[in-house]
Amino acid sequence: MTVVFSFFLLTMLIVTAIAIVRIRDLFAAVMLSGIFSLLLAANFFLLDAADVALTEAAVGAGISTVLFLSALAMTTDKEKAAPSNRIIALIVVTAMTLALIYSTFDNPAFGDPDAPIHQHVAPWYLETTREAIDIPNVVTAVLGSFRGYDTLGEVFVVFTAGIGVLFILGAPSGKPRQTTDLHSEGLRHYLVPRVVGRMLTPFILLFALYVQFHGDYGPGGGFQAGAIFAAAIILYALLEGEKSALEAIPRSWLIAMTAGGALLYSAVGVAGMLLGGNFLDYSVLADNPVAGQHIGILLIEAGVGITVTGVLLSIFHAFAARDKF
Amino acid sequence: MALLELYHYWVFVVLLMIGFYAVIAKLNLIKKLIGLSLFQAAVFLLYITMNKVEGGTAPIFTDGAVDQLYSNPLPQVLILTAIVVGISTLALGLGIVVRIKEEYDTIEEHEIQEIDRQ
Repeated sequence: MTVVFSFFLLTMLIVTAIAIVRIRDLFAAVMLSGIFSLLLAANFFLLDAADVALTEAAVGAGISTVLFLSALAMTTDKEKAAPSNRIIALIVVTAMTLALIYSTFDNPAFGDPDAPIHQHVAPWYLETTREAIDIPNVVTAVLGSFRGYDTLGEVFVVFTAGIGVLFILGAPSGKPRQTTDLHSEGLRHYLVPRVVGRMLTPFILLFALYVQFHGDYGPGGGFQAGAIFAAAIILYALLEGEKSALEAIPRSWLIAMTAGGALLYSAVGVAGMLLGGNFLDYSVLADNPVAGQHIGILLIEAGVGITVTGVLLSIFHAFAARDKF
Repeated sequence: MALLELYHYWVFVVLLMIGFYAVIAKLNLIKKLIGLSLFQAAVFLLYITMNKVEGGTAPIFTDGAVDQLYSNPLPQVLILTAIVVGISTLALGLGIVVRIKEEYDTIEEHEIQEIDRQ
């Protein structure tokens, strides 16, 4: 049954991707890419990657769709028919597809437990997590503790991208634009989305907090929670107007969150050094090394969540504010 | 299961190349960015495909499970962070497209190049 289902989902992925590329209406292409992300998330779930599925659903289907739509509102939603080197591109792409498919015959079979990828560090992570960190979710353990340096780097990449967007879109635009009431007031005049959205927003926020703090025990963590939290506020902004969202969480808070989360993460690393361990070594944070790991992971996940929320909301507001000029 | 043994990899290849086609053949900058995210999504699929272990389950320990096989947690960690980094860089790209539209009043690559040549 699962085989049939994943076969169907994978085929739908290809169908959707072809439709996205062929369609000239960019609005439809963006909506289709939201569907694509949802299908991809379902695939990830079937492939045992619950954490990744959660992130893809929140980020791909939720936030990236909103960002694309705000960009379309400021540019255009029709792709022009243009002279293009389509034949050459098709030849190149077909040749590369055939070469890559030929190369897949050397890959280890799907799900093979003896594949090289499962022989190296993965068994060590699975065994050591039980003794050294003692939390059920191995993904969180690897993300927060074993590969804490990596994650710190990713947080700073997210931080830098957020700063970049603020610099690019923060500059005053040359051409003033007409203010449209629809954008400043949100969807206030549409009864059904407003009532449903109002009912859902608090629960989405609650779910984000659950995902944040339950990340040690089930699928979840800072990245997912940050994306879900931002999605809830963006939903609120779409329904009630951007101004109300900025009243709830002002811009200065967002900047502070963007920097504060990354700083909290780094501070945990430095605290480990001051207490006599290595950078990002959580074992020294408490008398009991395992308890120290728990404290460390909780704090750095909070840092990740705060930065991701701050960056995603700053980006959204940067796009939304630009629209009004 | 034989049917699925390589199908995941083929879907990865086809998605990767559909995204690549959009990047090289489409002249609309937003369409190019959508193509880039398809390309990226294909790479995510490849990593997550490799993490699957036959008969395994998600790498979250359950109490009392003895000899339970778990899928590989490492690719999941890599892709988890890659998705969030991906959305941030996508936002940066969209920001640049919006600025291009404001300066050139078009987001079609050939029209931008024509204006530049003048």
